[in-house]
Amino acid sequence: MTTGDATLTDAAAVTRWGVEPSGVKPRRFSPARLGIYGFLIISAAFFLIPLYVMVVTSLKTMPEIRLGHLFNLPQTWTFQPWIDAWLHACTGRDCFGLHPGFLNSLKITVPSVIVSIIIASINGYALSFWRYKGANIFFGLLVFGAFVPYQVVIYPLIIAAREAGLFSTLAAIIIVHTIFGMPILTLLFRNYYASVPVELFKAGRVDGAGFWQIFFRIMVPMSVPITTVAVILQVTGIWNDFLFGIVFAGRSNWPMTVQLNNIVNTTTGVREYNVNMAATILTAAVPLAVYFISGRWFVRGIAAGAVKG
Amino acid sequence: MAEARRRRLKVQAVIGTLPMIAVGVGVYIIGIAFTFYWSFTNSKLFPSYNFVGLEQYRRLWASDRWLIAVHNIWIFGGLLIAFNLVFGYLLAVFMDQRIRQEDLFRSIFLYPFAMSLIVTGLIWQWMLDPNLGIELTIHSLGWTSFHFSPLVDPDTAIYGLVLAGIWQGSGVTMAILLAGLRGIDAEIWKAAKVDGIPTWRAYLFIALPMIRGALATAFVLQCVGVVRVYDLIIAMTGGGPGISTSMPAVYVIEMITSSQNVGQGMAAAMMMLLPIIAVLAVGGVAMWRRNRRARAAA
Repeated sequence: MTTGDATLTDAAAVTRWGVEPSGVKPRRFSPARLGIYGFLIISAAFFLIPLYVMVVTSLKTMPEIRLGHLFNLPQTWTFQPWIDAWLHACTGRDCFGLHPGFLNSLKITVPSVIVSIIIASINGYALSFWRYKGANIFFGLLVFGAFVPYQVVIYPLIIAAREAGLFSTLAAIIIVHTIFGMPILTLLFRNYYASVPVELFKAGRVDGAGFWQIFFRIMVPMSVPITTVAVILQVTGIWNDFLFGIVFAGRSNWPMTVQLNNIVNTTTGVREYNVNMAATILTAAVPLAVYFISGRWFVRGIAAGAVKG
Repeated sequence: MAEARRRRLKVQAVIGTLPMIAVGVGVYIIGIAFTFYWSFTNSKLFPSYNFVGLEQYRRLWASDRWLIAVHNIWIFGGLLIAFNLVFGYLLAVFMDQRIRQEDLFRSIFLYPFAMSLIVTGLIWQWMLDPNLGIELTIHSLGWTSFHFSPLVDPDTAIYGLVLAGIWQGSGVTMAILLAGLRGIDAEIWKAAKVDGIPTWRAYLFIALPMIRGALATAFVLQCVGVVRVYDLIIAMTGGGPGISTSMPAVYVIEMITSSQNVGQGMAAAMMMLLPIIAVLAVGGVAMWRRNRRARAAA
């Protein structure tokens, strides 16, 4: 759908991917070119070396790690640390590895992403086409909320969750993610729907369609690009969350990030660096996969989310 | 008839946005009001309604822990934002030189941002661990007097956090600023070339002012990240050694959980909100004045 694509590039005008570099046209080969690539390659090394170290260390045995050759490839390759990280690593007395945390993160992320996006898209739609009296005040509150540190409202939310009997449940953490995802997602959808031609909306009204009919019949089918951006933003954001998970989800629902931190930072006795690093890579795997598959959409989400309304 | 129908549709819109109204009012008005109220009480583990006036604020600003946390956030925030903007702009400028494999470089510079700050914190905890990371590696290569382990020293641990923050966040700044650079009209570059302005001066004095929108975006993104920084500290230093890398966000959570001193935590939380309100107020006034001037000009 061409209108959808056109409006998306509008909404995320800061990320002009298709445009050619506009800098001064360089000569073919020169010391300056060498310097440019030198700087970029050294920078790339700074970003890549930690990941490389993690991967090779997770494939080494502990005696080899103690020798201290951090950058060497493993002399004897072993996948045991990965198996241990997934199935046997200990947090306190429980030694089930990371896989319960992985399942918890799935149980938290999937409903949170769906609920928060549905609510935010309706918000954005209403704010663009059905501006009732006071709507913009509530929207202003949300935008303000985007800047409020979590610590300012976290305790009232804890008390509210406790009063509602939801504290330490899956429902609590899903609600909390929906709340804190709402400002940025509402902004995203509002800006997107604001660039939808109003004629489409008017045509719907002429045909007698109401609030929900126009939303489901006209807007939802047009919303694929912006929903993709929202899904990427939410999946990575919620998967990577630590604070809300540890506070609201309760021990039995702790997400992967919390379990990872417990495995690594509370171990008593010998630190199994290879297992810890394998566990860390496993925790980062889902958002990294999202990042590498989605590519440019990922940045579009960051940029669109960061741009002022 | 038509009027009644329109009103009914408006009601639908209100129903559709009930969650937004609930969050806006429930969390950001009532929630903050409760935080504000509890900051004047002597709440311990549970909220109490025992009014103690400004006592919690007085105690807060007399507490070493809090003073260190405030001191730290300025150092951490100032250094991290400055480094990320400078390094991010440098990366963006170099990326803008019609290089090969631009997408590959971009993916490399940006991937740390996709991962949890817990992951970033752990990675750098290991890289900077003298018994495992960079220092041990350099030693094993024969340079045994080499010393690089900021995290074990209370005076330098904060710089370790800054390093991890740069690794995690400078790629985003690069992406935003590069997008800004790509939005500059090609004519500008041609004009600069005709005038014989060297490339580096063109980037510094012509391009930089033109991308102030992108700069503002990157800056705001960094600021929000700095104020919220919690996971990184928990994973990397746990606030230590001692209390040397504690920050306001960590302080508040400690107060409402392990220290069971909710009143104090709420006072600290209100102090975190204060600069945000100040910045938003200044921004709001600036916008209002600009709008008024635009209206007056029209």
